[in-house]
Amino acid sequence: MRNIRIIALREISGYFTTPLAFVFTVIFLALTGAFAFYVGGFFERGQADLRAFFEFHPWLFLFLVPAIAMRLWAEERKTGTIELLLTLPVSTTEAVLGKFLAAWGFIGVALVLTFPMWITVNVLGTPDNGVIATSYLGSFFMAGAFLAIGSCISALTKNQVIAFIVASAACFLFTMSGLEMVLNFFRGWAPEMLIDAIASMSFLIHFDSVTKGVIDLKDAVYFLSLIAFWLFANVAVVELKKAG
Amino acid sequence: MIRLRELTKKFGSLTAVDGISLSVGGGEVLGFLGPNGAGKSTTMKMVSGFLAPTSGSANVCGYDVAEEPVKVKSRIGYLPERGPSYGDMTPRSFLDFIAAIRGFDGNEKTRRVAQTVERLALGEVLGQTIDTLSKGFKSRVGLAQAILHDPEVLMLDEPTDGLDPNQKHHVRNLILEMAKDKAIIVSTHILEEVEAVCTRVVIIARGRLLTDGTPEELLARSRHHNSVLVTMDASAAEPVRKEIAALNGVEGVDILDGLEDRARLRVLAKQGRPIAIEISGLIRAKNLPVRELQVEKGSLDEVFRDITRASEGMGEGDA
Repeated sequence: MRNIRIIALREISGYFTTPLAFVFTVIFLALTGAFAFYVGGFFERGQADLRAFFEFHPWLFLFLVPAIAMRLWAEERKTGTIELLLTLPVSTTEAVLGKFLAAWGFIGVALVLTFPMWITVNVLGTPDNGVIATSYLGSFFMAGAFLAIGSCISALTKNQVIAFIVASAACFLFTMSGLEMVLNFFRGWAPEMLIDAIASMSFLIHFDSVTKGVIDLKDAVYFLSLIAFWLFANVAVVELKKAG
Repeated sequence: MIRLRELTKKFGSLTAVDGISLSVGGGEVLGFLGPNGAGKSTTMKMVSGFLAPTSGSANVCGYDVAEEPVKVKSRIGYLPERGPSYGDMTPRSFLDFIAAIRGFDGNEKTRRVAQTVERLALGEVLGQTIDTLSKGFKSRVGLAQAILHDPEVLMLDEPTDGLDPNQKHHVRNLILEMAKDKAIIVSTHILEEVEAVCTRVVIIARGRLLTDGTPEELLARSRHHNSVLVTMDASAAEPVRKEIAALNGVEGVDILDGLEDRARLRVLAKQGRPIAIEISGLIRAKNLPVRELQVEKGSLDEVFRDITRASEGMGEGDA
């Protein structure tokens, strides 16, 4: 635990000694706001809720989270500090978790900083704050799943651009797998079970149910197991690279 | 403290390290020599737990690297090649991080960091980001990281790379200071460094261990070990050569290019045995017109070249 905390703290401090934290937070806040108001029609809807705000989170995360994730391992490999990190008395799992938690916590802070949206709806009307809370939680867990995918892919390369593009593409597949467009492709020939399985892998479907205020154990398990799986893969990738 | 057994690393079809067996005890400073690409760094990476061996094993302080990597890592101080450190951190925050992850807390942590900073004279740059530091300071930050926890085993991969002569001297003194009770491996291709700090030298090329001995033993392999340079007037060269060549311990006499009216002879010793006394006795007995005598120790450079070239020749033969 101690080692995970120390590694996470070092990572976090890295965000703030470079413009990374500032740039990310500003862009994230600007985009979530802009999408909610201009594309989502926050006012036109005439409803005191944050659906217009949360609706776009999967699409923003699609490139913002890989942007955070791409450097996690690729940069260490590029600069050679990975040799330092992995020869310190920490296990690979501790290093993976430390890095992941730092980035996840940072995204969490960025999410918290969108609180003016929440104040706004509360001033304008009487929203269901329970739904908003679960939506925030859902958004946070979804970001975690994106991040775990990105972190694992970042460990595969020393090129951050490649890490970014591949992670975005992988996240895109996970996001899209529940859309009719994708499902229709399978519907003609695939058995119902397979279609259900593909649909059940979708970020959108799970996130959608969360933002409706339905706290289903299934969704929580979905995101958590996705995070666990990809972090496990992340550890495996780092270990495999040792074998050369 | 370090025991390598048939340590081997293959990258695809390339064998970077080929069955190296070696042990290093406390108080030893082992110089790890070899041409670039000989497998020095790869060997160190395997001992430090950064790379997994293809076969064979590395044991540090009684723990196998593959089985108990964290125990091994906590006993090793390791300076990787080019001494990487987190560029956007300052030496202060970097060393704080290292101290924390090495398990130090509170006062002990502060004390360790302060002590290390003083040892490596990093005080004046503590607050600058590492990226902005000069090469000398950067590599000292890397070294600081390796010695902060006063490890039993120290592995330094080219620790004086990129340092100026004063800094090199400083780092060598530091190694000598720490050498008393630690097992230290220093990889280098600067041969003077070996003579300055190492108690033992290992030469590897193409992943194979070629020699293992003290620097003196290595020097003794030099063709010129204990040879004597004799300087005299050019006119006397031929008779002197004949007299000296007739001596018992003399292998042969080479005539070197002299200066204008001077001639120089290099007298090679049989099996590198000392012959200077014999020669000076002869000179006195026969009153030879010799101006100067100089004993040569031979050079590690030469031995290094001979040994590593021979192995390259073998390699080409194989192919």
